Amino acid sequence: MTFIHKVYIIALFLIVSCSFPFYSEGSDLVTEGEAVENEKSSFDAGKFVVEHVTDNHEWHIATFGHTHLTIPLPILLYSKNSGLHLFLSSKFHHGNGSYQGFSLGEGKYEGKIVEVSPTGEVVGTPFDFSITKTVAGIIFSSILILWVFLTVAGIATSNVQKAPSGLLGLVEPVILFIRDDIAKSAIGEKKYERFMPILLTLFFFILLNNLMGLIPLFPFGANVTGNISITMALALFTFITTTISGNKHYWKEIYNPEVPWWMKFPLPIMPLVEFFGLFTKPFVLMVRLFANMMAGHLIVTVFVSLIFIFSHLMGPAAGWMISPVSILFSVFIIILDILVSFIQAYVFTLLSALYFGMATKEHH
Amino acid sequence: MTTLFVLLAEIGLGSLGAALGAGLTTIGASLGIGKIGGSAMEAIARQPESAGDIRSTMIIAAALIEGVAFFAVITCVLVIFLG
Repeated sequence: MTFIHKVYIIALFLIVSCSFPFYSEGSDLVTEGEAVENEKSSFDAGKFVVEHVTDNHEWHIATFGHTHLTIPLPILLYSKNSGLHLFLSSKFHHGNGSYQGFSLGEGKYEGKIVEVSPTGEVVGTPFDFSITKTVAGIIFSSILILWVFLTVAGIATSNVQKAPSGLLGLVEPVILFIRDDIAKSAIGEKKYERFMPILLTLFFFILLNNLMGLIPLFPFGANVTGNISITMALALFTFITTTISGNKHYWKEIYNPEVPWWMKFPLPIMPLVEFFGLFTKPFVLMVRLFANMMAGHLIVTVFVSLIFIFSHLMGPAAGWMISPVSILFSVFIIILDILVSFIQAYVFTLLSALYFGMATKEHH
Repeated sequence: MTTLFVLLAEIGLGSLGAALGAGLTTIGASLGIGKIGGSAMEAIARQPESAGDIRSTMIIAAALIEGVAFFAVITCVLVIFLG
C-alpha cells in the first residue's frame, strides 16, 4: 500500500468518525414550553443503551434530526376480555395514546403492552404474540438459512461424483468439521448420525444470528442471540434431546451412581447433585451464549453513546475529539465479536454433542 | 436494626456489593484463563507440531471459564437492577 493510499484511508476514517457529533444537540437550557418540542435536549445514556440492545415493537433504522425512520411491525394480542387483535405498531405513535384499548406500558409495565379501560386505568396485560424486532430477525435468518442449505443440497445431490462447487464449497468443509471433530469424537462412530441434524441446525442458526447481529444495516441488525428467551429456547432443545435419548445406563448414572454407599443411602447426596446437574448444564449453555452476545453489543453501544455524552457535557468540541477514539474502539470490539461469534457457536454445539454422547454412552 | 438496614440501603450497599462482586469475578476468570494460556504456550514450545490441537483445546477451556464468569456478572447485574 503506497503512502497516498494510507492518507486516503486515514482521511476517510476521520471524516466518518467526526460526523457523529453533528447528530447531538449540545447542552441547551430547556424551558417549559420547549420541553415538548425539543425531546432530545438532554441525553439519557442508560435509556439509549438499553433501547438499542433490547427487543422492540418497531424496527428503528435511523434518526435524522427529529424524524425517526422506523419500520412498524405487526402486533398480535390475545386478551381474555376482547379476543384477538392484529394491528401495526405505528398505531401506538411512540407511546402517546391508546389503540383498541391497548397502549404501551409505563413504570411497572415498562416495555410491555397493557390493556387500558376507557378512563385510562390499566386493566391487565394481554398475551403478546407480536412480531417484534427479534422475531423478525429470526424469520429473516431462517429464510436465509433455508435458501443457503436448500441450494447446497441441490448442488450436492446433482454432482455426486464431482468436487464441490459454488456455495457447497463454502459449506461442506464446515459440515465435515462438525461431523468429524464434534459429533464423531463426542458421540462415537455408531450413534452420531441421529444427532447430526440438530447439531448442524444449532451451529448454523447460532453462527448466522450472531454474525447478523453485528451488521448495522437493515435487515441485519437485530440482536437475536443476545435475547435470553432465544438462548433459553436453544438450551431447551438440547435438554429435551438429551432427556429423550437418554438410555438406561444414563438414568442409572443419575439416580443410582456407582459411588460409595454412604453417599446414597441415608441422605441421597450424589443423586441430588446429579439431578441438579441435569438442569444446570443447559442453564449454563443459555447464560454463556446470552451474556457473550449481549456484552459485545452493550460495549459497542456504550462507546458510541460516549460521543453524545461528551457532546452534551462539554460542548460539541469534546464530542469531535472523542469520536476517533470511540469509533476505533468500537470497530475493534466488533472485530473481536466476530471471533467470539464463531467461538460461541462452536462451544454451544460441542457441549450439546458432549451431552448427547453422555446420554447415549454404553456401559463398558 | 431496621434503621441500620434502611441506612445501608440509602447509601447503596447493594450496588457496592454487586460492583465488587463483578470485579472479583474478573480477577478469578483472568487468573484461570491466564494459567491456561501459559501452559498452552509451554506445551506448544515443547512440541510445535501439536499446536493446532492445543490451540483448540485452549479456546474451549477459556470459553467454559468465561461462561462461569458471565454467570456471576449476570447475577451482579440482576442485583443492581432488581434490588
